[in-house]
Amino acid sequence: MLRINCPWCGTRDQNEFRNGGEATVLRPADPQSASDDEWADYLFYRNNVKGVHQERWLHSFGCRQWFIATRDTVTHEFVDTHPLPVATGLGKV
Amino acid sequence: MSFVANSYRLQNGGQIDRQKPLNFSFNGDVYSGFEGDTLASALLANRVTMLSRSFKYHRPRGIFSAGEEEPNALLEIGQGARREPSCRAPMVPLREGLVARSQNGWPSLGFDVGRSIDYSHALWPAGFYNKTFKWPSWHSWEEIVRRMAGLGRPLTEADPDHYEQVNAHCDLLIVGGGPTGLAAALVAGRAGLRVMLVDQNESFGGVLNWEPYQLDGADAGQWVQSVADELASLAHVTLLPRTTVAGSYDHNVTTLLQRSSGSGWRECYWTVRPRQVLLAAGAIEQGMIFPENDRPGIMLAGAVRDYLHRYAVVPGEKVVIAANNDTAYQTALDLHQAGITVSAVVDGRVQIDAERKQQLQALGIELLAGARIAGTRGDKALREIQIEQMDGIQLGRKSCDLLAVSGGWSPRVHLFSHARGSLKFDVNSQSFHPDRLPKDFSVVGSANGTVGLAECWSETVRATEAICASLGRKAADLKLPVIDQAPVESAQVSHLAVNSRKKRQWIDLAHDVTFGDAELAVREGYVSVEHFKRYTTTGMSVDQGKTGNLNAFIALGALTGRETGSVGTTTFRPPYMPVTLSAIAAPYNGKFFAPRRLLPAHTVHQQLNGAFDDFAGWQRPECYPRVGETEQQAIQREALAVRHGVGVFDNSPIGKIEVRGPHAAEFLNRFYINNVLTLKTGKVRYGLMLNENGIIIDDGVFVRLAENHFLVHTTSGGAARITEMMEEWLQCEWPGMQVLLDDTTTQWANFTVAGPAARELLTRLGTDIDISADTLPHMSAACGQVMGLDARVVRVSFSGELSFEINIPARHAAAFLQAVLLQGEDLGITPYGIESLMVLRLEKGYLHLGSDTDGTSTPDDVGWGVVAREKATDYIGKRSLFRPANLDENRQQLVGLAPADASQPLEPGAHLLLGENRQVPARTDGWVTSACYSPNLKRPIALGVLAGGSRRMGEIVTVIDEQKRYHARVVEMVQFDKGNERLKS
Repeated sequence: MLRINCPWCGTRDQNEFRNGGEATVLRPADPQSASDDEWADYLFYRNNVKGVHQERWLHSFGCRQWFIATRDTVTHEFVDTHPLPVATGLGKV
Repeated sequence: MSFVANSYRLQNGGQIDRQKPLNFSFNGDVYSGFEGDTLASALLANRVTMLSRSFKYHRPRGIFSAGEEEPNALLEIGQGARREPSCRAPMVPLREGLVARSQNGWPSLGFDVGRSIDYSHALWPAGFYNKTFKWPSWHSWEEIVRRMAGLGRPLTEADPDHYEQVNAHCDLLIVGGGPTGLAAALVAGRAGLRVMLVDQNESFGGVLNWEPYQLDGADAGQWVQSVADELASLAHVTLLPRTTVAGSYDHNVTTLLQRSSGSGWRECYWTVRPRQVLLAAGAIEQGMIFPENDRPGIMLAGAVRDYLHRYAVVPGEKVVIAANNDTAYQTALDLHQAGITVSAVVDGRVQIDAERKQQLQALGIELLAGARIAGTRGDKALREIQIEQMDGIQLGRKSCDLLAVSGGWSPRVHLFSHARGSLKFDVNSQSFHPDRLPKDFSVVGSANGTVGLAECWSETVRATEAICASLGRKAADLKLPVIDQAPVESAQVSHLAVNSRKKRQWIDLAHDVTFGDAELAVREGYVSVEHFKRYTTTGMSVDQGKTGNLNAFIALGALTGRETGSVGTTTFRPPYMPVTLSAIAAPYNGKFFAPRRLLPAHTVHQQLNGAFDDFAGWQRPECYPRVGETEQQAIQREALAVRHGVGVFDNSPIGKIEVRGPHAAEFLNRFYINNVLTLKTGKVRYGLMLNENGIIIDDGVFVRLAENHFLVHTTSGGAARITEMMEEWLQCEWPGMQVLLDDTTTQWANFTVAGPAARELLTRLGTDIDISADTLPHMSAACGQVMGLDARVVRVSFSGELSFEINIPARHAAAFLQAVLLQGEDLGITPYGIESLMVLRLEKGYLHLGSDTDGTSTPDDVGWGVVAREKATDYIGKRSLFRPANLDENRQQLVGLAPADASQPLEPGAHLLLGENRQVPARTDGWVTSACYSPNLKRPIALGVLAGGSRRMGEIVTVIDEQKRYHARVVEMVQFDKGNERLKS
């Protein structure tokens, strides 16, 4: 069981959290003009880094906030956790 | 000789209380031991030296060890529902009335029919069952093999005992309460750290309890007691004796199993989150590989000292010692002092330390250097051993009833390996030692391969001071006692050659694996240690190879011409010792197994004789059978009543997510395949939500309560999931959107009043909302008061009837439902359950998510393709609808089905084949997803998915329903009130 430091609540057990996968996946800006391959790349293909990468976590049974964690996928060590960046604008689907 | 008459108990000594005798039984015979005994020591004291039959060959076995590593003496303890199989006799504290039984002999331990396997052992080599029991199939043999090879009987009764679970945090968890663990606890405890000290034995002290140490001019027990007393006085130190550390996981999360010393609870399962772990678990003595090394009476040399010092028991009168290292010599010295004759020490080494030689010489004990055991005799008890020189020259026989063996000491590195520390082979001690440490994890003492109490202590103090410093504490100097007397302490172990023999040489006693099995495995190419382990099954019994694994590495090395160290190791995995499932399950049992959600008007449904079942965690009535009525009859009656009068349905679990804010409409427009922006205030629209793969994940209506305020109805099981999904997009992808999400599902009760008399009933209840068809038509909503309660009334219909969904505060649900039943009495008010609603919706051909859809269903598959594709703006999953697989016109699509022969009902799950005269086997073209008998149409109706179904209206398909074959016609999904006149009324 991992111990995860929620940037809002502090260190809690893994079973309070949900992993949301790699934090660096970008949705195509205009999906309708994306090729099938580009769309499949967004849907299915991940970097699957061996070592340190960034991923999303949700503190489901706590503050219900998503945050970014920097984790070593080999040792499971959490190098860092921090809140999502503040943004303006509506963004796109 | 100084035994008590007819026993192996010495007249004096031991840490037992001779004033407190305890009676117990073994295989029906009654024996007596003392307070402080274990089951093993008490049986040995009573000269019971054969305790079990071996796993595969059913050979007589005795006690091999004095600890949890015991491979032979696995006994069944207790009776009835408290019977526990495979208990290690050395780990079972003796208590009055204890009932023990051996578990692998039939009809009796003394005469075991299964022994025939032993006499014909050449027929049953490693992997024999993989090669032999193939005809006609393994399963025809399995039951026989399982009975022959079993290790105890599982319980069939429910566990009557109470178990606890504790979650704990500490700065430092110390595993092992021997001299090093105690010293570490003192240093850390005095420095103010929150310490947990865990030991699997009944009391602390470890090796100091079973080796002849003298500290500060007194028995070591005095020092142990003083340290334990001081630790007990420190409020921030938790002492856990009788507690086994089961596993070490990521981030130092550690699980413990604590055994109760009293009543109230039986075992307690701890999950500890220590900042640092210190492993001070000691080492396990290893046996030796020689012919017929498995007989009762062959015991680890350290275990012999343990039984002598702790229990004043020596299980033999004529003792020989066989070893490859110096520590076993202590057994000769200690036994001599206790008045037991040791006739010889057989040492495989040629060069023997001068001091050892001198010690034996002084006591007149024969030393046979450069020699080994060539064979043993004695069936149910050891009688004689054959000795030879290492070069094979026979040295003759010796009569002997106890052979104490020592093959060196193997550090208890199991937890270190759980924590992903790496091991290195130490040539000097011929064992694996910790190498690279995991984060926040330290190892000290003999668990680290360190030898000698003084060295272990100084290493421990250094390591603990470093831990204190890393946690911001300053450790004070610790004054450790002067070691006045210590047993022989030596790390040096000689590797002794093992070679092929005619007689069997056991490498794993618990799983009956021999050197011959190892030879066969290597001959067949299983030379990787992981393959070797699985082929021979060495180390795979309940002891997990605590005394067998190192032997296996030695054997594999010898057979493949490799050094033991280069063979590699198998992986240690949790748990270190078996953990009772009841302890792991402790609070999540019976009615606490999973949360049960009750409707806010649950008691009223009970009074109405609701037939409850679980629906996505909610306890909901399927129907309300009357006296003398079957559930099926009740469902038909209720479905008729709604169409002819009025019914009430408790729809409270339906998801109710409130979405508010200036961007609420834009936000929801990105989730639904339907247009949200054009929905007017007070109006309602049905919608589908997809995931990014284009798969339908939820459906339901959404209501625009105000310009910037929506109520999203999800499926009953979907509320939490959809809220979480919306939050993810809102927080991670569109953080600039001003939207607030609030899952209000359990705050509102929701009752559907449906049927031709629904409006009359709602009027009688009293409302300030204009509920006329003109003001509140189908697919509209209004807020106001009903029965004096704040209410949201939504005109949607899943039954196809005039229908009002009335949301009221959940706390008034029971009173509201009772009022509805009272006011509707003369209107024929009928409460209807989920199964009745399913009949009504099927008559209308309405989609039921999860029944008519699965994890492959897209909007095209359920008739919403045009809406989904033609929506102008993007939404989640839209792009995926244009991928080639989703454009395939032969996808399985939802259709209505009617049996060709109306007397033949369709069964959900029955397969569909296109065409009338199809043969099986064939690839399925679809299946029936929902089906029932329609009481209103008076015929069976169904929905199903069918390849290219949307263009097959009117076609006949073949239905394969297990052994039955019949035909059905593809029809419209809606089969009742096709013009929707009723729901619009």
